[in-house]
Amino acid sequence: MMNRAPVDILRPRWNPAYFRRAQRGLALVTLALVAGAVVGRLIAGALFGGHPPALILLSVLPALGAMITLAGLAALTFWRPIARFLRRFAVVVFYAAVVGLVALVWVVALAIDRVDGLARAMPGGELTTDAIYHGLPAAIRFRVVSWLLWPLQFPIVRDLIALVGIVGFINLFAAYAIWWERKVAGRIQSRLGPMRVGGWHGWAQSPADGIKLLGKEDLIPAGADRVLFRLAPYLAFVPAVCGFVALPFGSGWVFRDLDVALVFVLALVDIEVLGVILGGWSSDNKWSLLGAMREACQLVAYEIPMGMALLVPVMMIGTLSLTRIGDAQQYGWHSWLAFQNPFAFVAMVAYFIASLASCKRAPFDLPEAESELVAGFMTEYSGFRWCVFFFAEYAAMFIVSALCVTLFLGAWYSPLPASWGTGLANGGLAARAIHGVLFSGPLWFVAKSLFLIFMQMWLRWTLPRIRIDQVLYACVQVLLPLTMLVVLGQTLWQLLVTPGSAVAVIANVLCSLAGAVLLGGFYVLMAHGLLHRRRLVGALAVDHLPGA
Amino acid sequence: MSTRRTLQSAPDLLADLDAEAMDQGKLQTEEMLINMGPQHPSTHGVLRLVLRTDGEMVLETTPHIGYLHRCAEKIGESVAPYQYVPYTDRLDYLSAMNNNHAWSLTIEKLCGIQVPERASTIRIIMAELNRIASHLVSLGTYGLDMGAFTPFLYTFREREYILDLFEAVCGARLTYSYITPGGVTDDLTEDFVDRCRAFLDYFVPKPAEYNQLLSYNHIFIERTAGVGVISPRDAIAWGLTGTCLRATGVKWDLRKCLAYDIYDRFEFEVPVGLPEGGVMPVPPGMPPVVVPAGVVVGDSWTRYALRIVEMYWSAHIVRQALDRLPAGEYRAKVPRTLKLPEAEIYFEAENPRGQLGFYVVGNGTSIPSRVKVRGPCFNNLSIVSHVCRDCLLADIPAIVGSIDIVLGEVDR
Repeated sequence: MMNRAPVDILRPRWNPAYFRRAQRGLALVTLALVAGAVVGRLIAGALFGGHPPALILLSVLPALGAMITLAGLAALTFWRPIARFLRRFAVVVFYAAVVGLVALVWVVALAIDRVDGLARAMPGGELTTDAIYHGLPAAIRFRVVSWLLWPLQFPIVRDLIALVGIVGFINLFAAYAIWWERKVAGRIQSRLGPMRVGGWHGWAQSPADGIKLLGKEDLIPAGADRVLFRLAPYLAFVPAVCGFVALPFGSGWVFRDLDVALVFVLALVDIEVLGVILGGWSSDNKWSLLGAMREACQLVAYEIPMGMALLVPVMMIGTLSLTRIGDAQQYGWHSWLAFQNPFAFVAMVAYFIASLASCKRAPFDLPEAESELVAGFMTEYSGFRWCVFFFAEYAAMFIVSALCVTLFLGAWYSPLPASWGTGLANGGLAARAIHGVLFSGPLWFVAKSLFLIFMQMWLRWTLPRIRIDQVLYACVQVLLPLTMLVVLGQTLWQLLVTPGSAVAVIANVLCSLAGAVLLGGFYVLMAHGLLHRRRLVGALAVDHLPGA
Repeated sequence: MSTRRTLQSAPDLLADLDAEAMDQGKLQTEEMLINMGPQHPSTHGVLRLVLRTDGEMVLETTPHIGYLHRCAEKIGESVAPYQYVPYTDRLDYLSAMNNNHAWSLTIEKLCGIQVPERASTIRIIMAELNRIASHLVSLGTYGLDMGAFTPFLYTFREREYILDLFEAVCGARLTYSYITPGGVTDDLTEDFVDRCRAFLDYFVPKPAEYNQLLSYNHIFIERTAGVGVISPRDAIAWGLTGTCLRATGVKWDLRKCLAYDIYDRFEFEVPVGLPEGGVMPVPPGMPPVVVPAGVVVGDSWTRYALRIVEMYWSAHIVRQALDRLPAGEYRAKVPRTLKLPEAEIYFEAENPRGQLGFYVVGNGTSIPSRVKVRGPCFNNLSIVSHVCRDCLLADIPAIVGSIDIVLGEVDR
């Protein structure tokens, strides 16, 4: 039997003096902020005539700050019961946090909608806080609410909020995709993955790792090109963030609805490669250099088939705008572009394979091939910069999956025809929430993308890595001719097969069925895995021989 | 490609970079020397390979060894044979039982000690179990070398059970010192036979999982078939033994050829490398291992697959040994201080990685005047410079991993 170390050893020791000092400090700051909010309210009323910006800056913000410091004070004072609660109900807290985040995003969207409605009802000039106050439903008719809603009528404020949302989404997604991937890998490898940090399935592992990485020594090799070495991770990360700018999460849920959104996103995904190459080159490490060269090589190989495969949906709809391509797929499962004809289906598969290469995922993870190149282009990176590379990789994973979803798999629409949900969409709050879950919206978009990301993870932990010459062979000699044939086939299909004709309908039905069978097969596998997992965990708990 | 240079002229490579040619815009490529190791994820320890590369092509590979040298032979010349047993654990630390076995057999042969049959049978059980454990590590780490992480965890899961068995009999999980001159240090535990049978029942279906996940994976075959091909002639010339030799088609296994200890009483086959379409012999009731298309005799895939087949046969031997485990003493009556006669002896045994040989010269005292170890990994590694030429960089882990070295034994 194994001897387990006493749990106390694993827990950090807190110095009570620090606690008291922090408590005192937080209490003082809270008091100061509350006082500031009151005084600020008076000043704003007296000097600025209750003008909203002054009110918000001088009164609302200090009040919000006071709430935050108060929460911090409470957390410090009652950390024992809080920790106990978190440990015991971690699963509830986790899912509540997920639902809460979704709700928060929705509330912001509703608020913007409300302000828009008021502005439409009262054209000319900017809305006053009074107008907003009187336009509010009785349940939330508070002065504070009207002050908070007032800035939402200005485009720049909305853009800022959307940007914060995008960057927040990327960070949260990357952190939790890493944790998720580790859990997935654990399951595939008949182990548990992170289990300790946070109590419930190591849910706090990623934040803890992030803090650890921030605290690491920031190394730059002596022979490195210091400027490029520092620049490279951001050159990889920033394009990934920019890619989200043109990505539609739902109808109306797009930061900038570009006419050439597809080209824009693709271009940005490729700029990320530049960061990788520069990082590898500037590290003054031969392994990094080889990794960078591999990335460049791979880029040349996968880029063309990827573009060719994406031509198919573009040809079908006749636009590069992602929102319009998405809207064309609102008529239910059978209207998803991948299921229109066999060529589109093959194009989706080809794009998925090329997208694995584009985000350096196994079996195309050659630029960072651990057993060959140590860590490839990331060999010399540590701490925060390393972390940024990782975030860039996961953001790119989301973007390529989201592109696949938008172009082939019905974008933000559920398999049900959107027309069935029109009544719900125009109904009250509850009806709209149900509509968001059942018919269309960002939830569907994210869920579908996560499904494809899960596929990427599944492949990564199953397949060995292929060799560089095999990458070139697979991309240039197999995928490229294949996608060319697909584009040719799609052209002929559009020329010869009239929409609505018997051939088109039969092809559509068969492809839709094939897609349904594939998805059904996945669910069967998943169910099998879940059943199998119970047995597995039971077997692991016994640390002795089977039958012994 | 520029002309070939020797490794010694490496600094010159930079010196004679033709600046003028660069100015004129002529593209000039240059060879690059890369140190792979001693700290590298896939050199299986502290092996250092100096690669002369042209882009992704490796033109020449020079192994440098000695980072783990611990004077194993010299220690053998300063301690008594019993005391040397723990040092043999640390040669090839993945197959400590086999090392103990080879050392004990050498000393017994030198001193003319007769080992009781129970002891011999226990030793064979341990040696074969350890062969399975060692091959499991080899398969798993080879998966890692190929970028497949998952099989590694699977093989280690199974190996854990073997280590549990070893822990039950001798208390150690890696360096056992269980087999000593004269027998074994302690008798089997009461439930050992049942537990061992339970393990075998559990284990035998498992290699099918590795086959599904790795051996017959298309990418894996593409990466290993026809890579690092060694001809039988080269294999014998470079002194290769074990799986590396048998993969070239040479049917040479000391358990069969020398039938040392009591291996002649067990039924087993010696699998060798076969061309594509060949069916490797497996014990009755086990799934056949068919050589897939593209595989060449003596390549990396063959070396890898032979280990799976050998695990089957080892399990088969263990089962037979459990069936015929006789009652009796677990050790011969041997004096505590063993006087070595004035004679010399050289003995080799079949370890998981090849033939482990001990050369011992006795001088009438209890301490030998000469101990020489012939490590299989050392010889197997020597062919790396011959095979890893004009291949891709990614082939280096594929070849080195399939040769399966343990640096503890290479450097001794």
